[in-house]
Amino acid sequence: MKLKPFRCDLHIHTCLSPCGDLDMTPRAIVARAREVGLDMIAVCDHNASENVRYVQQAAEGKGIVVLPGMEVSSREEVHLLAIFDNLESLEAFQEVVYRCLPGLNDERYFGCQPIVNEFDEVEGINERLLIGATGLSLEEVLTAVHSRGGLLVPSHVERQSFGIIGQLGFIDPALPFDALEITSGSVSSFREKHPELAPFVFLRSSDAHFLTQIGRSFTRAWLAEASFAELRLALHRLEGRYVEE
Amino acid sequence: MATLGEIVAALDLKVRSGEDKMGTEVHGGYTGDLLSDVMAGSKEGDLWITRQTHQNIVAVASLKDHAGIILAGGAEPAADTLEKAKREGIPILVSNRSAFETAGMLFEMISSQKTGRSG
Repeated sequence: MKLKPFRCDLHIHTCLSPCGDLDMTPRAIVARAREVGLDMIAVCDHNASENVRYVQQAAEGKGIVVLPGMEVSSREEVHLLAIFDNLESLEAFQEVVYRCLPGLNDERYFGCQPIVNEFDEVEGINERLLIGATGLSLEEVLTAVHSRGGLLVPSHVERQSFGIIGQLGFIDPALPFDALEITSGSVSSFREKHPELAPFVFLRSSDAHFLTQIGRSFTRAWLAEASFAELRLALHRLEGRYVEE
Repeated sequence: MATLGEIVAALDLKVRSGEDKMGTEVHGGYTGDLLSDVMAGSKEGDLWITRQTHQNIVAVASLKDHAGIILAGGAEPAADTLEKAKREGIPILVSNRSAFETAGMLFEMISSQKTGRSG
């Protein structure tokens, strides 16, 4: 099969995240992602996923693939991207997360958490404390995601705050992460600093909270088509698929 | 200076592992939940106060040769953490007090003993 490079930004927040800009609506995200030439994105809000379906609907027929995802906070306050093949798997994972996510949001301090549909209309407000951490350990998150066919990627590992190395000191090479994400700097300079992470595949993404940040950092993945199944092959360097560094 | 056993008694700590290490002398301490910071800033022999219960705390304490770990706020070690601590002989002590109070009491105890000795 002929492989082509696809531009992937697999870490984009919507206005549902308390820290996400209110302009991060489904239609606006899709329009901006197309403008900057992305082929595949993943929507990853903090501990929540209500806007995923709407971004997918807004993207229908627009030539851009939207993968269902979430940026989950583990008990150790490590941020992790969970990316799934389909909405059903994400929703099953969401149930696990909500069972272990205490507290209610106070938007005066943390920001508003609107659920916005594919027409950019407000459907409701998520009242949970999405900025908080779940009670799930790193290992429990791994099991919950992998058992539902998902990919788990520690977020912004180069960052002190909420990155796995900042929180936990180092990455246990035995943990079966599907990749590690960096959001700034080059993969090669990060690899130089962390030779012990050589076996891991790296993803670059934007962690966009504002429209202008979408695609500021992205991964070129060599795939047969833009899809979850192809992405999984690339992250595991199978059947010729791979991600560029 | 104080021994782990004296600290356990004075701060009313529960010993979850390292029962045989109660004679270890403690000269200093460190407080932090960011393991990267603890690795960078703590010293050999420190008694480390944290709220982090992930098993990596045992690796950090072993690497830095800490006297032990105090889990503050009544936090209990995760099962794999405790198992690893027992295997590696790292004392894990549980304090029902907050990290702030625990650190205050520990500091007071170590520094007053220091004063006593030098005076």
